[in-house]
Amino acid sequence: MSVLVDRGTRVVVQGITGHQGTVHTRQMREFGTQVVAGVTPGKGGTRVEEVPVFDSVRDAVSATGANASCIFVPAPFAKDALLEAVDAGIRLAVIVTEHIPFHDMLVMYHYARERGTRIIGPNCPGIASPGGSKVGIIPNVVFRPGRVGVISRSGTLTYEIVNGIKEHGLGQSTCIGLGGDPVVGTSFVDALPLFESDPDTDLLVLVGEIGGTAEEEAAEYIRRSFSKPVVAYIAGRSAPPGKRMGHAGAIISRGKGTADSKVAALEGAGARVARFPYEVPLMVAELAAARVRA
Amino acid sequence: MVKLPEWRGKDVFRKYGLPTPKGQVVKSADEVEGAIRSGAVPLPCVVKAQVLAGGRGKGGAVRFANTVEEARAATTAILGLEFKGERVREVLLEEKLSIGRELYLALALDRTARQPILMTSSSGGVEIESVADDAIDRQPIHPFPGLVAYQRRRAARSLRLDGDLAKQLDRLLGSLWKAWEGEDAELVEINPLGVVGDRLVALDAKVIVEDDAAFRHPEYAEVRDDRTPLEEIAREEEIAFVQLDGTIGVIANGAGLTMATLDVLKELGGDPGVFLDLGGTDDPKKVAQAFLLMAKAKPRAVFLNIFGGVTRCDTVAKGLIEAREAIPEGERFPLVARIRGNREKEGVELLRGAGVTSVPDLRASAEAVIAAAGARR
Repeated sequence: MSVLVDRGTRVVVQGITGHQGTVHTRQMREFGTQVVAGVTPGKGGTRVEEVPVFDSVRDAVSATGANASCIFVPAPFAKDALLEAVDAGIRLAVIVTEHIPFHDMLVMYHYARERGTRIIGPNCPGIASPGGSKVGIIPNVVFRPGRVGVISRSGTLTYEIVNGIKEHGLGQSTCIGLGGDPVVGTSFVDALPLFESDPDTDLLVLVGEIGGTAEEEAAEYIRRSFSKPVVAYIAGRSAPPGKRMGHAGAIISRGKGTADSKVAALEGAGARVARFPYEVPLMVAELAAARVRA
Repeated sequence: MVKLPEWRGKDVFRKYGLPTPKGQVVKSADEVEGAIRSGAVPLPCVVKAQVLAGGRGKGGAVRFANTVEEARAATTAILGLEFKGERVREVLLEEKLSIGRELYLALALDRTARQPILMTSSSGGVEIESVADDAIDRQPIHPFPGLVAYQRRRAARSLRLDGDLAKQLDRLLGSLWKAWEGEDAELVEINPLGVVGDRLVALDAKVIVEDDAAFRHPEYAEVRDDRTPLEEIAREEEIAFVQLDGTIGVIANGAGLTMATLDVLKELGGDPGVFLDLGGTDDPKKVAQAFLLMAKAKPRAVFLNIFGGVTRCDTVAKGLIEAREAIPEGERFPLVARIRGNREKEGVELLRGAGVTSVPDLRASAEAVIAAAGARR
C-alpha cells in the first residue's frame, strides 16, 4: 500500500519527445515506474527510451492500458493536454509544466474533478513511492523505502529534506510535491486524508511556504482529523511582506498567509514545527524512535 | 503580476463596454490645453497622478480644476511629485462628476476554493481592508457557466440598487466578467463605482494581469511593474531575483530552497540582501549570468546553495568558475558554496580547483558566509 501510486501504475508521458520528457522517462524507468507510453502529436509510431509513442492519449490508453499521465507539455498547450488525458480516462495526472496561467488551471481543475481525475501540480515535482512507482521528476537518489510520508509545496527544498530523512537512516512511504502555483489540483487538505488512511505511513512531514492559506487549512484538518505525528517546516519566515497581494487578495486572506500565522496554526494543531530545514530529519528520527519504544 | 495604471485599466474597461468618465492621459502640462479644447476632457475636471500606490486623495496626488489654467497648474504640480517612492510620469484628466453613492465591486481569485470570487460592498470609496467583513458580500463563481443571472441579481441587492440601476449593474457585471477572462486578470476592482444621477460609472480602475498569461497578451509587454533596474534585467534573463536590504547574496535553486536559505541566514544573525533563484537550470551560461547579475547588486559575500536533483552540480560549478573570471577584480566578493546531490563529487572537485571550498553542512556553511560578510549582530 502507498498513496495514489504503486507497482500497478501505468504511466503515459505527454510531451515525451521533448528534452525534459525524455530525461525523466529514463529516470522514472530507473526508479521502477512502468512507463508504458508516450504522446506527442505527429510523432506516433516512434520510440523514446524504448517506450512507444502515440499521436493521442486515447490511442496510448487503448494500446497500453495507461492509467496515469505525466505532463511535460509547454504551458500554452498544457490545458489541452490535460483535457485530452481526462477524456481518455486517465485517473491521475501529474503536471510538471510551470507557468501555466491560473485561468487555464481553473478550467483544468474543475473539468478534471467533475470527471473523477486527480491532478497533482502544476509546476510540481510529482509523486513517488520508493519501491513502488514515481510519476514526476523528484531525483531517485533521495529515496529509500520507509514509513515517513512527505507533502510539500516546494521542489528542491523537498529533495533536501527527503534526502536528510534518508541520511538519518529512515525512509519514505510516499512523497508528494504539490507545486507552488496559486491554483493546484491537490492541496495539503486534499492529500492529508490519503496519508491518514495509508497503513504504510507512520508519520508525516509537511513542508509549506508563505502565501495563501493552505497551511492554515492543513492545520485545521490536522487538529480535527489527523491522528499521526506531524513535523512541519515553513519556508519564507524572513521574507519581507510580499508585493504580490492586491487589495482584494488581502481581504480574502485577512491576517493569514504570513509565516507566523502558519507556524502558530500548525503548532496549535499539535505539529512540531522546525525552525531550520536541517532540524526536520532530526525531529522525524526522534518521533520514529519514540514510536519504536512505545 | 502586472498592475496597470488607472488610465490603462479604464481603457480595458471601455474595451469591454464598462462605463467610465470622459478623460485623457497626459505626460506634460503642454498637452492639457489641447485635451480640454478638443472636448476629450470637459470642465470642471479632476487631475489624478497615475501611480500604482493607493491613498492618492489624501496624499495631494488628486486635484480639481475649473479652468484650463487651473488644470495646467495642477498637472505641473502633480508631475513634479514623488508619490510613495514613485515618480509621477503621467496624469489623468477626467470630467468631474457629482457622485451620489460610492460602491465597491471586484473579481479576484479564491485560491482555496479554486474559483473566482465576486465581491461587492455598498461601502465603496475607502480602502477595502478597512471595511468590516460582514459589509462585503462574496460569491464564488464556477468557471464554466461564469457569472450567472441570479448572482448578478444578488450583487444588485447587496449594493442596494434597483430599477434601471440594477439593470445597468447586470450589464456591467457581464462586461466585468468578460474583462476578467479576456485579459487573464488576477484582479479587476472598481473602487469606487459611483452612482452619478441615474448612471453607474467606474470612477477608478484597478486591473492586475497575470505574468504567466503574457504569451496571450503582447500588448502588456512594455508595462513595467515596480521592479528595481536589476530586477528588470533579471526578468529579461528569466532569473528569479529579488533585492532586499541586507548584505549577503543568496544563489540557490528552487524558490523554496532559496527562501529557506535566506531564513537560515537571518535566524543565525546574518543579513540576506539578494534572493536569486536559478530555477531548474544548470546551463553554465545561465549560471554565469546569474553571478554577473549578483555582482551588480554589490553584496559583501555570496552564498551558493545548490541541491542538484535534475540540476548537475558539476555544470553549476563550471558556470560559477566562468563567471568569477568575468567579474572585474574590484567587484569580486567572498563566496561560500554548498553544493549537494547530482554529481556532487565532480562539482566539489571543480570548485576546489578554483579555490572555493564546498561546505556540505547547511548550518556551518551559513555561518561561514555570515562571518565573511562581517554582518554578525
